[in-house]
Amino acid sequence: MSADNQKPERLEATFAFPMLYEWSIGLYGSRFFQEIMNNKRFIGIKCPGCGKIYVPPRRVCGPCFKELTELVPLSDTGVLTAFSVVNYPFIDPNTGSRRPIPYTYGYIQLDGADNIFSHIINETDLSRIKVGMKVRAVFKDRAEMKGNIEDIKYFELIR
Amino acid sequence: MGRKVAVVGTGQTYHRSHRPDVTSREMIREAVTSALADADLKIKDIDAVVIGNMDHFESINYVDTYSIEGSGAFMKPIMKVSTGGTTGATVAIAAYYHAASGLFDRVLAVGFEKNSESDTTGAIITCSDPIWDRFSYSGAIPSLATEATAYMEQYGATQEDAALVGERDRNHALNNPYAHLQRPLTVKDIMASPMLAYPIKLGDICPRSDGACAMILAADGIAQKTASRPAWFKAVSVRHTYTWFGDSTDYNKGLVSMQQASQEAYARAGIRSPVDELDVAELYLPYTWAGLKWIEDLGLCGRGEAARFVGDKNTHMGGKLPINPSGGVISTNCIGATAMLRVAEAAIQVMGKGGKRQVPEAKNALATGFGGCFWTDVVILSSERP
Repeated sequence: MSADNQKPERLEATFAFPMLYEWSIGLYGSRFFQEIMNNKRFIGIKCPGCGKIYVPPRRVCGPCFKELTELVPLSDTGVLTAFSVVNYPFIDPNTGSRRPIPYTYGYIQLDGADNIFSHIINETDLSRIKVGMKVRAVFKDRAEMKGNIEDIKYFELIR
Repeated sequence: MGRKVAVVGTGQTYHRSHRPDVTSREMIREAVTSALADADLKIKDIDAVVIGNMDHFESINYVDTYSIEGSGAFMKPIMKVSTGGTTGATVAIAAYYHAASGLFDRVLAVGFEKNSESDTTGAIITCSDPIWDRFSYSGAIPSLATEATAYMEQYGATQEDAALVGERDRNHALNNPYAHLQRPLTVKDIMASPMLAYPIKLGDICPRSDGACAMILAADGIAQKTASRPAWFKAVSVRHTYTWFGDSTDYNKGLVSMQQASQEAYARAGIRSPVDELDVAELYLPYTWAGLKWIEDLGLCGRGEAARFVGDKNTHMGGKLPINPSGGVISTNCIGATAMLRVAEAAIQVMGKGGKRQVPEAKNALATGFGGCFWTDVVILSSERP
């Protein structure tokens, strides 16, 4: 028997079973989604060391290494600091199917927060969207909410 | 203070889009045997191994032990280091720490990836936070694209300005027999290529490659006996900050991790004016705009000046500071090896082994790694023992 394999036949095996994970997002992470469900508003959290207001809220400020406790309400408006219109097909690992394209991926500086929040923007026409525009969150109806990031439908441009 | 350390040998595979003829282990072995031959050493001379690739990309765990047949690490101390796109540079830096510590005289560093065996975009999406970021995130391209839109808005740089970076790197690759993409690409070609995620077009972004890279580091006293012209580590710096995109993307400040890492490395290396004191830079530029914005963050030109600096051909071969003689990431991207290829190319240049792509009399070379959530590694190598 020779080890030569001049004309290899391509053999394939596919693994098609879901792998289940469970993640905790902490008390403040849960509270963030509860505030959206109950009051349709964002909350952040303020660091007692540097004064920075983070969204989403978390328990520790990395640079200060201090525990955070002061939740603060945030506006549902902000500024689009950067964006891209996603235009290539790909399989979404969350669903196992193609994510619909095109869609606009945006970085939003929520009014009152010091870091950036990423989400989608409901405008894919490049002539109508620009860095620096004001945006506002559009939430799902209460009955449709599930306590996750998709309870925010998208951000719309304020013209 | 640790021992002084130098690179005494490098090796890499001939990078391709698909290597169905080898397993990852066999591909790693190609790079390792090539590095050993370059340093004129045998595997028995190696005291410890550091290895890395992208976590889970090929659905392989325990890469350190998985790869033993390829790395030659059987019954040697081996450690896996995986830090996203920066992996290859972080592995090289960890190998440097090993040798500098005094515990190991000769250390082998290995980075590899078989992108053909992974769904690269799907795998990168799973690197993002599952609760907050994954729903809107779609892989490396759009997050880089956001940086480009912010940069264009701030400084008025154009898509053509960025495309020149791609034209430059793809031209440089023609001199590198190991490069994956060896077809020249012009600004016009890039502008005409399909839009993937505004403003990034197919010609603006790196490919997916299969390949491996290996480096051999040796401590002071041994390095000089092993290589006629070793590439000495002058400085290293690592800045891996956050895992949420919103925490690491303050575009008013620029790429903070790269600013801090480079400033720290220049200070450690005693470099005051990098553009004058460096002879060559091999940078992890995964898309064309990085070749503008990031050279500003590295202090190679002023804020907003990169389009002109690159446009005046200061960074082409023969220019004031040639960038990416290898052809860079835009020509070759086997992710876990990508950042190591930058460090290896810097070593090749300093050791004078660049062949057709050699920058004449290269003494001081800058290499960077980029990855994860806008992280940076910096390595400065020199022909002069520090």
